[in-house]
Amino acid sequence: MDTLDIISQQIANSLILGSFYALVALGYSMVYGIIKLLNFAHGDVYMVGAFIGFTLLSLLSGFLGDGWLGISAAVVLSMIATGFLGVVIQRIAYRPLLSAPRLSILITAMGVSLVLFNAVMAATFGEYKAFETGLDFEGVDFGSIHISHTQIVLVLATALLMTGLTLFINRTIYGKAMRAISIDMDACRLMGIDVNKIIALTFFVGSALAAAAGVMAGVYYGSIHFFMGFIIGLKAFTAAVFGGIGIIPGAMLGGLLLGALESFGTQMPWIGTEWKDVFSFGLLILILVFKPNGLMGRNEIERM
Amino acid sequence: MAANDETAAVRRTGMAGIEDRIADVLEDRSKRAAVFAALVLTAVLVPSVGSNYTLEILTNSFLYIVLCLGLNIIVGYAGLLDLGFAAFFAVGAYSVGILTSKFGWNFWLAIPPALLLTVVVRVVIGAPTLRLRSDYLAIVTLGAGEMIRIIARNMKDLTGGASGLIGIQRPSILGLELNQISHYYYIFLILAILAVFASDRLENSRLGRAWKYVRDDEDAAEAMGIDRVAVKLSAYIIGALFAGLAGCFYAAKMTAISPETFQFMQSIMILVAVVLGGMGKIAGMVVGALAMVLFPEIFREIGSMRMLVFGVILIVMMIFRPQGLWPDRRH
Repeated sequence: MDTLDIISQQIANSLILGSFYALVALGYSMVYGIIKLLNFAHGDVYMVGAFIGFTLLSLLSGFLGDGWLGISAAVVLSMIATGFLGVVIQRIAYRPLLSAPRLSILITAMGVSLVLFNAVMAATFGEYKAFETGLDFEGVDFGSIHISHTQIVLVLATALLMTGLTLFINRTIYGKAMRAISIDMDACRLMGIDVNKIIALTFFVGSALAAAAGVMAGVYYGSIHFFMGFIIGLKAFTAAVFGGIGIIPGAMLGGLLLGALESFGTQMPWIGTEWKDVFSFGLLILILVFKPNGLMGRNEIERM
Repeated sequence: MAANDETAAVRRTGMAGIEDRIADVLEDRSKRAAVFAALVLTAVLVPSVGSNYTLEILTNSFLYIVLCLGLNIIVGYAGLLDLGFAAFFAVGAYSVGILTSKFGWNFWLAIPPALLLTVVVRVVIGAPTLRLRSDYLAIVTLGAGEMIRIIARNMKDLTGGASGLIGIQRPSILGLELNQISHYYYIFLILAILAVFASDRLENSRLGRAWKYVRDDEDAAEAMGIDRVAVKLSAYIIGALFAGLAGCFYAAKMTAISPETFQFMQSIMILVAVVLGGMGKIAGMVVGALAMVLFPEIFREIGSMRMLVFGVILIVMMIFRPQGLWPDRRH
């Protein structure tokens, strides 16, 4: 392959990686935007979503098959189940602490992360689970670049979810309420908005998106394990901050850009794949130092 | 109705009475010193009666006390959340490990460069992030901590890679090679006592008051002429030094270290101990460190589930007793 082919192939790879980052980043960004919580457990919610999807697919493949029909059903059902999990987490662990110091709620989020992580580890005995699908590597060839149908479908599904989310946030009354709460929660209460309900809804949507990413990652990489949420949680947070945390299009842009930077960055002969994570974290630190409000963030000075 | 209120009030003061009485005893400096001396004396005598298992557990507790007191300076006094604290523990351990095993340095001579490197790494990670919001700070320190672990894993020639660094030299004092668990028991006991003293002196110093002032109200502190960046950075450096020093001796105790010892979970465990004990309180750190080490030992049967229980405890603590087991009364 010549350089151009490598570049094109990396663009294809980075789109997939970026899609996963973006979907998880959206959950971080939405929750942060609305209650200023860095939801530490979000990476684990993504992981739980993947495992719910895995279980559903094993159950459903009997009568829906393990092709796209079965996978779609698993994705949708996992999104709903994980969404409710997000609501339950919010209700039990975060709602009692909404007015507590930020450190308390952050530590609670860490506690939730520990619970989810260890529960799944215990349930799966720490094993990798093979995500069995009937998908093959067939796809479209452009010269020497190969793009599988799976890749195309996953990117399209991400685009669909993001479009749906954008419409939901911008066109529905619930989206309007979310945007209003992120500006001034107390004023929203006075205006008769059921703030707790909207916060729960935010967690539902964020967790559902993470679940979609989790199941799709399982389909794409072929296996899942209890540790999968940790690194992607960090990466997605990086993406959310990169784009401007609390800003929906920012999370999408940040996710795709981070995916691209990682794919290309690790192609550089002097970086190499084993330095991939160092590369991303280094990037995160640089962003936070030089542009803490992110690419699409407003320039406001905030001190905590 | 009135009678009910009264009994409730009596019960409340009754409860508070016990807490207050303990607190009053400890408030008095001479009595506090007496309690402390009694504890230390007990600790000194343990090796003559305790089994190796007991000594190992207690040595671990002392190590955690040092780490917790170090993190307490950063989180408890200065109010800076740090999720990558184990990194500095790692820097100390790896510096000593590399210098003694690869370059044949004497253990004691390796300590100053190890501490110097700890400070350098701390400043490199800490300085640019001090202006950040608290939750950004959390994630940056987490990322930086992971970076250091991955660097330790990837620089195979120097660090032994994922399988770890072996052949770390044992230190000796006046010709006595320190190779028994009881030796390390005393070493870590001394370190823990030093850490308690240092924390106590720092807490009530000008710098310690500046830390708390910045934590409680950054803008007001700055208006009073406190250089908040310098004050925060000093908390970072001093806290990291505790961990770096603990790391040096940890390397000597273990003679082999691997990156997995210093992963993210380690940082979390230290933070959990700090929060559990009660941030900003030295006695709280001792309680938290002991709880952290003893809990897994006591609950050995539940195995991997104990981290799950831990997570639940964290959540429940934050909801019902956010100030920790033994909190600072001035909160």
